[in-house]
Amino acid sequence: MTARRLSSGGRIDRSKPLYFSWQGRVLSGFVGDTIASALMANNVRVLGRSFKYHRARGIYGAWVEEPNAIVDVVLGGAHEPNGRATTLSLYDGMAVTGLNAQPSVDFDAYSAIDLFHPLLPSGFYYKTFFPNWHRFEPRIREMAGLGTVRPLANTEAFETRTIACDVLVAGGGPAGLAAALTAAEAGASVILADDRFGFGGSLLWGDEAIDGQPGAVWAAAAVARLAGLGVQLLPSTTVFGAYDHNTFALSERRATAAAGWGGERIWTVRAREAVLAAGAFERPLVFPHNDRPGVMSASAALQYLRQYAVLPGQNIVVVTNNDSAYGVAAALQLAGALVTLTDVRPTAPAVARIAEAAGVAVHLGSVVLNTAGRNGVVCADIGAADATSLRAVQRRVPADVVAVSGGWSPAVHLHSQAGGKLRWDAEQVAFLPLAARPHQHLAGSITGAESLAACLASGHAAGSAAATALGLTATVAPPHADAAQPAAPAQAYWRVPVTSARQWLDLQNDVTVKDVALAARENYASVEHLKRYTTLGMATDQGKTSNVNGLALLAEFTGRDIAQVGTTTFRPPFVPVTLGAIAGMKHGALYAPWRRLPAHSEHVAAGADIREYGGWWRPACYPRAGETAAQAIQREAAAARQSVGLFDGSSLGKIVVEGQDAAAFLNLLFYNELANLKPGKLRYVLLLRETGVVYDDGVVARIAPDRYLLSPSSSHTAGVLALLEAWHQTEYPHLKVAFHDTTGAWATFAVSGPNAREVLAPLTKIDLSAEALPHMAFASGRILGVAGRIARVSFTGERSYEVSVPSGYGASLWTALREAGAAFGITPYGIETLSVLRAEKGYILIGTDTDGMTLPDDLGMSGPLRAKKVDFVGKRSLLTPDALRPDRRQFVGLLPLDPTQVPHVGAHAIEFRDGKRRSRGWITSACHSPALDRSIALGMIERGRELAQQGAEVELFHLGKIMKAKVTSPVFVDPAGEKLHG
Amino acid sequence: MQLIPCPWCGPRNEPEFSYGGEPAVRPIPAESVSDATWSDYLHFRANPKGRARELWCHSAGCGQWFIMERDTATHAIFATLKPGAAA
Repeated sequence: MTARRLSSGGRIDRSKPLYFSWQGRVLSGFVGDTIASALMANNVRVLGRSFKYHRARGIYGAWVEEPNAIVDVVLGGAHEPNGRATTLSLYDGMAVTGLNAQPSVDFDAYSAIDLFHPLLPSGFYYKTFFPNWHRFEPRIREMAGLGTVRPLANTEAFETRTIACDVLVAGGGPAGLAAALTAAEAGASVILADDRFGFGGSLLWGDEAIDGQPGAVWAAAAVARLAGLGVQLLPSTTVFGAYDHNTFALSERRATAAAGWGGERIWTVRAREAVLAAGAFERPLVFPHNDRPGVMSASAALQYLRQYAVLPGQNIVVVTNNDSAYGVAAALQLAGALVTLTDVRPTAPAVARIAEAAGVAVHLGSVVLNTAGRNGVVCADIGAADATSLRAVQRRVPADVVAVSGGWSPAVHLHSQAGGKLRWDAEQVAFLPLAARPHQHLAGSITGAESLAACLASGHAAGSAAATALGLTATVAPPHADAAQPAAPAQAYWRVPVTSARQWLDLQNDVTVKDVALAARENYASVEHLKRYTTLGMATDQGKTSNVNGLALLAEFTGRDIAQVGTTTFRPPFVPVTLGAIAGMKHGALYAPWRRLPAHSEHVAAGADIREYGGWWRPACYPRAGETAAQAIQREAAAARQSVGLFDGSSLGKIVVEGQDAAAFLNLLFYNELANLKPGKLRYVLLLRETGVVYDDGVVARIAPDRYLLSPSSSHTAGVLALLEAWHQTEYPHLKVAFHDTTGAWATFAVSGPNAREVLAPLTKIDLSAEALPHMAFASGRILGVAGRIARVSFTGERSYEVSVPSGYGASLWTALREAGAAFGITPYGIETLSVLRAEKGYILIGTDTDGMTLPDDLGMSGPLRAKKVDFVGKRSLLTPDALRPDRRQFVGLLPLDPTQVPHVGAHAIEFRDGKRRSRGWITSACHSPALDRSIALGMIERGRELAQQGAEVELFHLGKIMKAKVTSPVFVDPAGEKLHG
Repeated sequence: MQLIPCPWCGPRNEPEFSYGGEPAVRPIPAESVSDATWSDYLHFRANPKGRARELWCHSAGCGQWFIMERDTATHAIFATLKPGAAA
């Protein structure tokens, strides 16, 4: 006989059968099943293969502690590559397959690896494959891997929520319910989260009564009462992370038909008070060959019986070192199994009577010494708990399930993540919190409570304490459970003292007792080193069942106390969380706000190649039919030089600086003198950091004596505004000045080229003559009847007018300019074209031609440092020995000797010194210049200005090839500025 | 995620704020300070473990800078001060 579904009982709906496939075979289950319970009901024993040795693995646990049952699940369009079979609800039509096996989990070709296990100790990969890991990695990864992500469209519905509450209760078992009731009745706003499908925790499979009712009935009534009190009830929700100041992260699995299978929602909860009532994990009891399918947690066996009406086996051996497994043994025996119980303790605890009354054969001072069976346990050898040989068998019994209980480890994860310390409690044989963190309260197992009565009492106390901390008064009495018989203490028992056989600690990562012994021998005495060297607890279950056994053995092998060994650091997440759920809706078009230009539609209609630049969607160029982007850029640049071009510069920053001290403040901030700038005039300026490095460049207009308009680079506008605010607030708060970003309020178009004036003149009465509006001046007036401004400023080197109108008029002005310019062949040009035009003119692009080391003099702008008398941001840094070094890199032009070759941006100019190749600088911009019909480049080269004067040549190195180039002035077109000023 | 009491807006979540480092006194007049003093001002910070005074800005809120006294190890917040209120 084997595992089977019972004809009655369980929380499944027998009227609603479900059909699913396992490895292509169609099986059935019921609504209420998990994938694991349905597989067990169908007597499927092997669900996967272990990570390293490819040994057969079966269901071990019943919930998140499960180390083995990781499966691939497909349902409709959704795919879960690493589903935990124990936590996923079964749905009709699910296709489930096992992982890490070729061709299948039942016959795995890689299982031959297990024959070589003596050759594969801890650290095998480090010792064998390094430093050439990259050569072996692909093959090893294929053999030892988890699920494969399929490049399917993401059909899952993810979202995130942020919420605050008075009290968050993590865990809806008896202690959590008692705490939530107490706090909610006192008037607190409460969120109660539990990772199971419903509330009640162990009450759902236990026998005990509360307030005279069966535990599950009491739990249902408590949940109804909480709902009536307005408590936010979050079932299927894991509190997976505890962060600063009582912030918690919750993952809610919305596995309902309405929400779509696999939908996950992340909650960020800020709780004034928190109650941690997450329960406890049952530890394995470790013995030789304890990894065969059929070896499972005793409490998991009880859960399969009570929750899903599945009897896991017919001949069951229970192995324990504590009282809790006796009730499990009795329940399994009464459900129809033949149960033998071995307890490593020599004397019978009081609970033994319950098991014996049910007909369980109890063997004291005994343990399972060995198991046998291919792809699953068929028999177990029982011997004395202190046996040192596998041959010291007292009896061999048939067994299809070995249910193990090695004691309980309270789930201290959230407490520890929040910075809480732990202590080793020798009496409880467990790590327990030293003291609760501020504004956190402990309830249930984490307090060391073992009986239901103690859990309820601690839950009530935690809820009361939370209420008191909020200034509320707890009014309800604690729920009552009959005091249990005094429990006999558990016995610390970490392994069978046999050395000739493998005893598994971590079932998923194949870490055995011998591996820990080896790590200790090799002096990996720190628990953090042990973890990384052996990979103990590093699998997807994060060692929820295995860690404490490993720590205890490390203590034994290094001659220390387990308290001295301590634990590894607990970090979020408590369970695996889907990355997509953390991103929520912040991806694709919703990742960041898109900023569009006022004439966006007109650009699209004109065939613009729209790309993202610093958050703005801007035309890169306007390719015509059959034209590449590169061809369009050359055509547009040539048109702007020959006749006239039209550029949308609306994204350029426009920060208004206003106040009686505006001039004084800007003079303290900017590299250039701004106090003597006359109203109506513009000045090109640099803004430095205190380190002297050029942060931004731009044009400043003085609109009135107390009013300036700054135009920072498009992508630096927010940064410049923040910088102005920071300096004003922290260093110069006495100056009366205010800042206002008006970028979005204006549409700005540059009309640039020899015919610019002719195009613009008919649209405005503003005098555009060189006398009335010279280069670097501006005028206000009406453009097409709308109040606006025209600035004579150029980033192309041609005569240019920047026309600004309120952004709502932008689209119509764009259209009017195109119509007005039609006779001159006006050509819209994009930002990539502008980049070519400005490179021909030697104008820098911040962040392209400059970097985090560039000082103003490196760019050839040393005038203000000499002329400006007042102190300004970064000035002192320009006077340091490093800033005054003569061999600094300087901004220059470079003309490749072969005019058809465009050098690569980033290519280094190299020289040989003392026989070694070294860099003299690098190329920052390069393109084919339509004006010169040849390649040009800009770069930062050591002593570059000196080299340019000499007309020296440098060697540019890129991917092993050398290109020669002549160093020149960076201004290739119109060095005298005649076109600009004309 | 820390809960930071902005002196103007009250308690707000940490993502609304940006960190501005340790308050440093700008040596003036800058031109007359030594290279060493200037370098200390630019680059050297006490970086204490424990109680510290820090500059923060409620950048995604009211935009105001303020001083926060905080424990850099436990992240306990002792006080936030408006400019001028700081002793």
